[in-house]
Formats: sequence, C-alpha cells, structure tokens
Amino acid sequence: MPNLTLSCHRIVKGYGEGQALLSKDPICFCTADPKTGVIRERGHQLMGKSVAAKVLIFPSGKASSAVQMDGLCKLMLNNTMPNAMVVADVEPVLVSAAALLKVPLVDRLKRDPFEVIEAGDIVKVDATNGVVTVVKPA
Amino acid sequence: MFLSKEEEAMLKGDHGAGSQKAMELLVAIGEAFDAPKMIPVTRAHAASSGQEGDLFFVEMLAKGGARCKIPTTTNPVVNFEYFQNIIDISEEHAEASVAWKVKQHYKEIGAIMSQSCIPYLAENIPQYGEHVAFSESSATPYVNSVIGAFTNRESIQTALAAGVIGETPEFGLHLKENRKGTVLVKVKTHLRNGYDYSILGQYVGKKVGNGIPVFDGIGKRPSIDQYINLCAMLNVPGAIPMFYIPGFTVDAETLDDAFAGNHPQDVIEVTDRDMKQTIEELQTTSGDVDLVMLGCPHYNLDQLGVVAKLLDGKRLRPNVSVWINTSETTKTMADRAGYVKVLENAGANLVTDTCIDMFCFNNMKGKTGMTDSPKCAYYRRFGNVRVGSVEECIAAAVE
Repeated sequence: MPNLTLSCHRIVKGYGEGQALLSKDPICFCTADPKTGVIRERGHQLMGKSVAAKVLIFPSGKASSAVQMDGLCKLMLNNTMPNAMVVADVEPVLVSAAALLKVPLVDRLKRDPFEVIEAGDIVKVDATNGVVTVVKPA
Repeated sequence: MFLSKEEEAMLKGDHGAGSQKAMELLVAIGEAFDAPKMIPVTRAHAASSGQEGDLFFVEMLAKGGARCKIPTTTNPVVNFEYFQNIIDISEEHAEASVAWKVKQHYKEIGAIMSQSCIPYLAENIPQYGEHVAFSESSATPYVNSVIGAFTNRESIQTALAAGVIGETPEFGLHLKENRKGTVLVKVKTHLRNGYDYSILGQYVGKKVGNGIPVFDGIGKRPSIDQYINLCAMLNVPGAIPMFYIPGFTVDAETLDDAFAGNHPQDVIEVTDRDMKQTIEELQTTSGDVDLVMLGCPHYNLDQLGVVAKLLDGKRLRPNVSVWINTSETTKTMADRAGYVKVLENAGANLVTDTCIDMFCFNNMKGKTGMTDSPKCAYYRRFGNVRVGSVEECIAAAVE
C-alpha cells in the first residue's frame, strides 16, 4: 500500500511521530507501568505492550478524573509517554491530560484509522496543521 | 473560540504565569470541543487526589501566583495529623511527600480545604441553574441531576483552572440541548437500600459507558445517600455526567420529558439476576474479614447515624478493625448528635479528610476487607474483598 496523507481535527497541537500501536479498547494510563510504559490491565488488548514513543490509536479515554492525568504524568516523568495520540471520541478528561503534558492529540481522521493504519506503519501526526501521514514499511 | 480582551490578556500572561497556565488549559479544552466562547462559573470543586498528576498542575499554578477567584473546594487526601500516630508515614516517604506538597499548594492557591468528596451537601452547594465546574465521580452527576446546576465532567485540573479564572468553555452540559436522556434503563429489581443503589450504579455504568441514562421503574424518591451511591458508582466503570429518574430528579416529570425528543439509543434492563451477578463479580472471597471500610464516598450525617445505631453497645471481634471515612464538617455534627462517642466506644475508627485510595491504608495489603462500596472495592489498598450492605458489613465485624 502506498503512503497516505489524511486530514484530521486538531485537539492538542504539536508534532509527534512513531510506530503505530492500535487498541480497540479504551485506555486509562494509570494501568501502564511508569518505568516501561507497558499496559498491565488484565484482558486489555494492549496487555504486555508498551505505549512509550508510539503513536497510539484508540477509541477514547476512560476512568476517573484523577487517575488518567496521574498515569500520563508518571509516564512523562519516566520518558515513557506516547509521542502522539489519535482517538475516535474526545472526552474532556483525556484532553485535559494530553493538553497539560503536551501530547499531540487528534480526532476526526478522514478515514477510519483501524482500516488504513496497521502495526509496523510509521505514523506522523502534525496536529498543529491537522495532517496525519502514514508511512508503510518499504 | 472568541476571547474577550481580558481573556486574551490572561492567555498572554499579563496576569501572571499561573493564570496563563489555567487559561491555556481552558482554551485548549474549548477548542477541542468547538466551544464558541467562555462563560462565567461561580463555584468549583477540584477532586484533589494527592498524587503526582495532581501535584504537576497545582504546583505550576501556585508557583505562577494563581489564586482562586471563586469558591473552590477540595477532595480528601490524607489526614496527616490523624495517621501520624497510627502508621509510620516516613516508610511511605515518596507518596507521603507528594500528598503533603499537594495540600500545601491548594492552601497557597486559596482553595477551601473542605477535603470532602460530597461537598455539594455542606461546603459547596450550587443552586438550580447555576453554572459551575465540579470534578469528582459523585459530584458531577449529583449537581447536574439532583440539584439541577450545570457542569461538565471535569478533570481535577480543568475544575481547578475554572476556579482560578472563574470561567469555563461553553460546551457539553452547559447547553440545554445536550442534557437530554440517551439510554432507557428499565429497573426490574426492588431497590431496598443505599447498597442496592450502589450495585445498580455499578451495573448501569458498565453497560452504558458514556451517556445520559433515564431510569424507569424506581417508584420511590431515593434518599440522599442512595443518590450519592448511584452517582458515584455510575462513574467507576463508566463516565456518566448526568441521569434522570423522572418525577424525582430535576426537569423531567415523565420519560418523554427526560428524552425531550431524543430516541433512546439503547434500552437496558436490570433484573435481580443482574444485581446478583454484579455483586459476585465484585467479590474475591466470602471468608472472614480483617477489616471493614466504609465512607467511599464520605458518609453523610444520616449514614453516621445508621452505623452508630448498628454499633451501639457492640464490641468488635478481636483483630477486626472498622474504618469510617467522613468530612470534618460532618464529624462535628456527628459529635453533637452523640454518634462519635458511640462509634469510639465500639472501637471504630472515624477518619476525616482522607480517601480510601491513599498510602495511609497500605498496611492493609494482604488483609481481607469488607465494604458497602463497589468504588472502594475497585480502588482498595487491602487484599481480598467482600461487599455487602452497611448492616452486613457491621455484622461481619462485631462479636
């Protein structure tokens, strides 16, 4: 498949790129091990996988107003945050954590990300200009 | 988003770095949700958690000279004075020092140190139609649904920023058209007490996820503690900022009023079997208990009266402890009502200003605890867990 350039809606500005990590399950960052970024939630699609330096693609955030921010903050302190995030539904608690910790965040991708992005792709998220580029492995 | 000259100036930092950070967050949220402008809010509740994420923002605001512009209350963290004689706080140095700093910064910023997770009953009560910014699981749906104030589901940080600026972006539940019911919940089980409302909240929160449930089949006005439990538990497995019980909560006498023209996206039934299964999923044991943990959310005066009656003249079984969390305001009244003496005589620990999810309870690791709160079961610091009504919890603890 050729590389793709897709428009999107900016939620938190900035630029980040990295390997795609896709999850059909909502994410709460307090379930990630701060040292490694590895998700430790039993039954979660990303159980055992690290979010560190990835471009994370998932439906939305979940859980309480305190723990989402606390979880992401602990990742920041350990340099294990994702480089950017692409979501389907925005909810204020996730937006607030991403805005404060400066993780580029977008929604309303022109195409369904789960159809056009695969594991192994490199995803470049230019949230500031509302553009996502998907680079397929050569 | 449109910003007034005054708001632009705050965003540029003309009023200090603290207000600038608060304004930056509110504008980011407003832009994410396509808010046309900011609107005034007149009170806020920041669900301070005493953890690193909490420290990150409140420290930034405090050091930047920000001060609360509107009454802004805070959640329980840890009552250091109370626990210094019970556990060795120095052992938990890292968590204790973060929590300590968080409390100092909230004081510095001019927040009200209510340290209660049910501020809407005493320390910070919005009125019908008032626009506010209330974080905290039970607080958001309580003030929207039971009181009829307007708030979005805020994070600690957005609520605190609103407290500093006195404004919030206009979107979501601040607009009447977004306050319509989305899911019909047919209650086909008899709700006997506050515990049943907790289990109902846990089940419906998980089923609905995001949305505004409308309950049908609750034939009786819920008591205040029943409302509190329902509100809190809806937001453990879910994110439910508002709900309707037509005839009892605000602005809807009938199901049609609650949906206001919306077609329900989903219809959910709650049967005796669903309630029983929810309880089974929460429990990890049915064995003897080492401790009972009550007051998540904080017990109000009515509930302290109930537990005092249950413990009156009773003695706890050897090696079993009972912990009851409440606010300082409630404890003062409970003292005047004579409840505190009864609880102390029975050997129960009445704790103020403290959340069950704090390091001061880390020494319970490995012990079996019983609670009337699914929220406490989820965030517990103890080992195995049983759940039951307050009557069942106390029965498991006394001789």
